[in-house]
Amino acid sequence: MATTPAAEPKTNRIGLTVVEYKGGKTTLCAGCGHNAISERIIEAMYDMGVKPERVVKLSGIGCSSKSPAYFMNRSHSFNSVHGRMPSVATGAMLANRDLIALGVSGDGDTASIGIGQFIHLMRRNLPVIYIIEDNGVYGLTKGQFSATADLGSKLKTGVINDLPPIDTCAMAIELGATFVGRSFSGDKRQLSAMLKAAIAHHGTVMLDVVSPCVTFNDHEGSTKSYKYVKDHEESLQEISFVPHFEEIDIDYDAGATVSVTMHDGSHLRLRKLEEDYDPTNRIRAMTRLTEAHDKGEVLTGLFYVNTKAPTFLEMLNMVNQPLATLPESLTRPGREALEAAMDELR
Amino acid sequence: MSTTDVARQDTGGQLGRKRIVNDMSIQVATVNGSGSQSSNTVLLRAIFQMGVPISGKNLFPSNIAGLPTWYTIRANKDGYIGRKKEIDFLVAMNPETARDDVMSLDAGASVLYDEPLVLDKLRNDLVFYSVPYDKLVAAVCPEAKLRKLVKNMVYVGVVAQLLEIDMGEVEKAIRKQFSKKVKAANLNLAAAQAGFDYAKANLEKRGAFYIERMNKTAGKIIVDGNSAAALGCMFAGCTVVTWYPITPSSSLVETMIEYMKEYRIGPDGKATFAIVQAEDELAAIGMVIGAGWAGARSMTATAGPGISLMSEFAGLAYYAEVPGVIWDIQRVGPSTGLPTRTSQGDILTTAFLSHGDTKHILLIPCSVSECFGMASEAFNLAEQFQTLVFVMSDLDLGMNNWMSDPFDYPTTPIKRGKVLHKEDLEKLGGFARYKDLDGDGVGYRTLPGTDHPGAAYFTRGSGHNDHSGYSERPDDYENNMERLNRKFETARSFVPRPEISKGANAKIGIIAYGTSHWGVIESRDQLKNEYGIETDYLRLRAYPFTREVHEFIEQHERIYVVEQNRDGQMLSLLKLDLKPELITRLRSIAHLDGLPLDARSVTDELSNMEGK
Repeated sequence: MATTPAAEPKTNRIGLTVVEYKGGKTTLCAGCGHNAISERIIEAMYDMGVKPERVVKLSGIGCSSKSPAYFMNRSHSFNSVHGRMPSVATGAMLANRDLIALGVSGDGDTASIGIGQFIHLMRRNLPVIYIIEDNGVYGLTKGQFSATADLGSKLKTGVINDLPPIDTCAMAIELGATFVGRSFSGDKRQLSAMLKAAIAHHGTVMLDVVSPCVTFNDHEGSTKSYKYVKDHEESLQEISFVPHFEEIDIDYDAGATVSVTMHDGSHLRLRKLEEDYDPTNRIRAMTRLTEAHDKGEVLTGLFYVNTKAPTFLEMLNMVNQPLATLPESLTRPGREALEAAMDELR
Repeated sequence: MSTTDVARQDTGGQLGRKRIVNDMSIQVATVNGSGSQSSNTVLLRAIFQMGVPISGKNLFPSNIAGLPTWYTIRANKDGYIGRKKEIDFLVAMNPETARDDVMSLDAGASVLYDEPLVLDKLRNDLVFYSVPYDKLVAAVCPEAKLRKLVKNMVYVGVVAQLLEIDMGEVEKAIRKQFSKKVKAANLNLAAAQAGFDYAKANLEKRGAFYIERMNKTAGKIIVDGNSAAALGCMFAGCTVVTWYPITPSSSLVETMIEYMKEYRIGPDGKATFAIVQAEDELAAIGMVIGAGWAGARSMTATAGPGISLMSEFAGLAYYAEVPGVIWDIQRVGPSTGLPTRTSQGDILTTAFLSHGDTKHILLIPCSVSECFGMASEAFNLAEQFQTLVFVMSDLDLGMNNWMSDPFDYPTTPIKRGKVLHKEDLEKLGGFARYKDLDGDGVGYRTLPGTDHPGAAYFTRGSGHNDHSGYSERPDDYENNMERLNRKFETARSFVPRPEISKGANAKIGIIAYGTSHWGVIESRDQLKNEYGIETDYLRLRAYPFTREVHEFIEQHERIYVVEQNRDGQMLSLLKLDLKPELITRLRSIAHLDGLPLDARSVTDELSNMEGK
């Protein structure tokens, strides 16, 4: 009996199938923006050929922070405490500089309880991809406003938010993060390109991804609903990403496109939708973000990129081998060192 | 060598007949920020170099400049280096406190004061010496702006002359203090010599106190506990240090930075460590946990307020089973007031730090050499038991100068605990993170980055099963909590054992720990010599308590638990562990004035409680 050999499953450049980037079954609400972000992370990691074993997934507390369980089961993961993921990520990267740290946080986890650690993570430019799954409300505690809720946004209960939002992107840029952008969980193409570029970047990546909460903040009057975001989204650029292992497309309009060469030789192509926007200009980025608030826009795109700034790990001047695996011969000085230290104290 | 003459002392005029040798405490009262630290260290070292056991204790305010500060040097031929309550020789340099300082002395003490203070009319049962410091310092220090700094060195010379401290040793100590600054050394030496010469020509020795050469310090070192801990952590193979400045722990990490730069940077100029000043203690402990989880030997150093802030994370580390070492240099309680005074006030809060069912391993050093040695033990225990280990030092130990034998090179290898590597996983196929395969409550872990598809596991707090899968099942939770308890029980046989010292057929036991040790050993001799009270003594070195602690309590009718807090925190912790019938044997001797425990306070209280 003749048998037809099963078709070889499609693999990426390191020979893994997309299934090997999957996680557990999501327990978030059907239609939650966070699930779409998990999907984009899986795609981006697969497309970039990142070895899952090199990735660490880190999170705080909240719906967003549960999501690392729903992608990349072959990566170590740490669901830590509320608002404190940045410090855990920092520690992990100090221990093992070869890791790729992917931090997933939410707007409550970042902009309220975690604002202190968020700020200091940004100013260190630690190599980490920090994603805020931003829906403007606390989901797990059933729908209270968070600090990224827009002025005038309305809760289901009718409560109006009368405090201005914290713009996490503006803060990140001001503080020293070197790759800062905002996207939308419903914008598959833009988010994918930004995530791939984030993987190629050396330094702190801060992506604020508006990710509507279908249960508590997707109604009329909310400024974080699918409808509101679709109606008010303004993209700064059309973003495409050419990884270093693919041939460079020479066919692009240099006048209308900003091309950013990443550390690994990848290219980030930003086709300008706003003529004069230069994503390497911090001051311009801050101005544009302020304008967006004034105009009621949901501004998306890559706001700021700096591929030159040293990372925190570089500043620490550590040995190349991860500190975690250094042998005793390198971490315990010899007897003569103790003798010398004792002599100084005599 | 002469010993103490027992001649009676009466009034100031007749004090000259008495001769007390190598048994005194010298207190220097100055103003914070006046640069007296160098002078005090020189005086301390000069006595030490003459072979006399010493200790130096700095009682300082929470202030940079302007508030009063006292430095007390104790010289004791018998080797008692705890605090002595009575001051025998006062160097009064601070006009603000001079009157109170003089009034609080016992009769027979000596007072050396700055001439304009005119203290000699205050009392007639003390010996007074006055020195015109400004005149003397002007003569040796032409540069006016340096005079304030070298003025204090003048009293070193005066004290040397009055106590008969060898000026050769003073010079040696000055040269060491200003090792690379030859000009400064010469200037200070001139100031000390001016004081010495003035005293010789103008002061009539009438006090009872003398320093004579002996041979009890040969080969010894002088160091503070924080520096000893820093060295210990370096030799323990620590790789990640995160910290937030807080008195009295800051100097631990600051000294460690110096040592690490000297001994842990390779020929290629690259560091085998990372030291990060965090934004607060929350971040410091978070980084320790992140680094410990990812395989580093990580640590932080803090004090009580920092411990409080670390509470939530400490619970996470307990439940998620992440190693890390935390040095708690204990001090007096919250906010402003006495943050620069010593205490053993964090025992209970640290033993159970966090919410839920948590308990932590505590190591309790009493000496600088234990600060050094327990560093290696702490890291090994943390990795063996995959949990936080707290080392409970205090301000008295951490920041004061202690005489010690040189430290022994660590003989125990660095043990990384149950970590599965790629090769292990290839053999095993996979693993269950929280499964108790060996019956000791400790599971096997993998480090992030391990290059095997089965290496990863999900780390989270309270709800997980053996395979680290998310679970809210009652049986999974209960099983896990019971296993964590088993792990803690296993730790009981691995933590440092107590040190026990027996008297002759004693019915009374004393339990103490940390720096209370120094008051207690002296007090035991006082109790025996003055009251005929024999005592046995157990010095706790760790929590959980080992078998010996229970046995010791069973062997004695009454147990006095001596500690430096109000509520008898260690006594409370013991109660939780003891059989009900043994609990009533415990009595508390609690000391809580913010000053290091002195022997006399223990002797007075214990003898009183014994009805003597």
